[in-house]
Amino acid sequence: MIAPSLLVILLVAAYPIGYAIWLSLHEYSLIHQGLSRWAGFRNYSSALWGVESHEFWGAFKTTFLFTAISVTLELVLGLAMALAMHQAFRGRSILRATVLVPWAILTVVTAMTWKTIFDPDLGFANTMLRALHLPGGHVVWLGQSGYALAVLVFADVWKTAPFMALLLLAGLQVIPEDVYDAAKVDGATAWQRFRRITLPLLTPAILVALIFRTLDALRIFDLPFVLTRGTNGTNTLSLEAQQTLVNNGVIGLGSALSVLTFVTVMGVSFLYIRFVGGNIRALAD
Amino acid sequence: MSATAVPESTSPTVRRARLRRFRFSTTWLLWIAVVLIMLFCLFPFYWLINTSLKTGADLSSANLVPPHPNLDNYSSIFHNGDFTDALRNSAVLSLTTTLIALVVGSFAAYALARLRVPMKFLLLAVILSITTFPPIAVAAPVYKLWTDIGLYDKPLSLGLILPDLTFTLPLTIYILTSFFRQIPRELEEAALVDGATYFQTFRKVVLPLAAPGLVTAGLLAFIFVWNEFLFAITLTASANARPVPAAIAFFTGSSQFEIPLGTISAASVVVTVPLIVLVLIFQKRIVAGLTAGAVKG
Repeated sequence: MIAPSLLVILLVAAYPIGYAIWLSLHEYSLIHQGLSRWAGFRNYSSALWGVESHEFWGAFKTTFLFTAISVTLELVLGLAMALAMHQAFRGRSILRATVLVPWAILTVVTAMTWKTIFDPDLGFANTMLRALHLPGGHVVWLGQSGYALAVLVFADVWKTAPFMALLLLAGLQVIPEDVYDAAKVDGATAWQRFRRITLPLLTPAILVALIFRTLDALRIFDLPFVLTRGTNGTNTLSLEAQQTLVNNGVIGLGSALSVLTFVTVMGVSFLYIRFVGGNIRALAD
Repeated sequence: MSATAVPESTSPTVRRARLRRFRFSTTWLLWIAVVLIMLFCLFPFYWLINTSLKTGADLSSANLVPPHPNLDNYSSIFHNGDFTDALRNSAVLSLTTTLIALVVGSFAAYALARLRVPMKFLLLAVILSITTFPPIAVAAPVYKLWTDIGLYDKPLSLGLILPDLTFTLPLTIYILTSFFRQIPRELEEAALVDGATYFQTFRKVVLPLAAPGLVTAGLLAFIFVWNEFLFAITLTASANARPVPAAIAFFTGSSQFEIPLGTISAASVVVTVPLIVLVLIFQKRIVAGLTAGAVKG
């Protein structure tokens, strides 16, 4: 019963990765299409310390910087949203439905919308800032490094903080209510209850959500592609590999960059699998 | 969210008043937070709808409400062959991929949930880790392979089905395994005792009971494919092969020189609204599926 899916998985997952490694060890002629030559590790050496190293390490640094900032912001904002959604109040279900809206909007559409809003002349953001005489009304958001990364982070936080909130809400809901009641009886303040009960009991959920989001952020492609095409310090690993491959048509190097991206992400993925290992084991038993 | 500890000496009336004031302010804080969260989540989508109703010079204004709202952008996108092709491609692609993932995935998930399968832990771990692959690592070799064997830039987004399965199939298997495990084993055992084969038991007993799980996994797979962008732009180049996300990224509008902001927005609304409706209807299932895949296992 399991054989057909194993075959399909081998076909769609194992085979491409194997073929990517094979391609990355070759050089492909752009003039005579398909003509290839064994290149050994030349594509890797040029990516890691050769002519391409500036682009590769630049993208590497941007990807990790982007991941660190946006995942941190998503955690803080997601936690705040989760705490609000966890309160009992009328209309709570409406709020829980609302936070799914950013998640449901296509990432390309998200990127397009923020690009419009942050348009330097006609965008809503700058028009508002100018009308209110606030600083920043003349900033070319996507045209300057620093600002461009900030918009990228902002768009990503908007799209995924609600998702983070839902993951954390699921964690909050399994904390038994009587622990809080006991703490109240003992005179613990709201802050103390948060600090000494909620946070420690929520830590496993927070860690899984963090790793899960980190994995997503490291793979980011759609947002920088639409917002900036990787200009102004927003070039990420996936984007660099894709552009090398498709725009420049350099199959060997593009594959090497893809494999390097794969190895980077799989390092974190290994942590994730280790971390949810208990759950997998529960499924497997 | 209630009062802080109050010193013993305070009189009951003062204490009650303080308590009330505190409750009052936390309630307000909560409501302010709720309103801010809703604004934060909904504003961009509102802005998109707002833009889609503007035409001509209004598009270059930042008015919060369209001064002359009209549906011109909507009628223009439905007369735009590129957009209607993309809708058709995305519909075919998403439904086909979801169906394959569900059919193939449910067999595997049933086996993993019920039968003696060697190295089950390793299999599940590998399946889950495939969902964390960076798509570019699959797109690069497939790009080369598809150009060699002629699947590159195929109409109806045909070249995207297999790469999309790389992610939807493991996701489906993982979610369905956890759903199948929740079905009481006794029901199947009863069917088996009555002489049903494994396959009959699966089809007549397990599948109907697993319907909620199938809906969840199917929805998540569908949304993944509908949203997928990297394969969509790497493996297609022409309008009759592009699915919706790629078409939106390369929208040119009716004339090449016009910035087609209005029509892009209208197209974006059209492809987003069905998704939002689905998500709102199946809110609980989707959250259950997301947390099953991501956290609980």
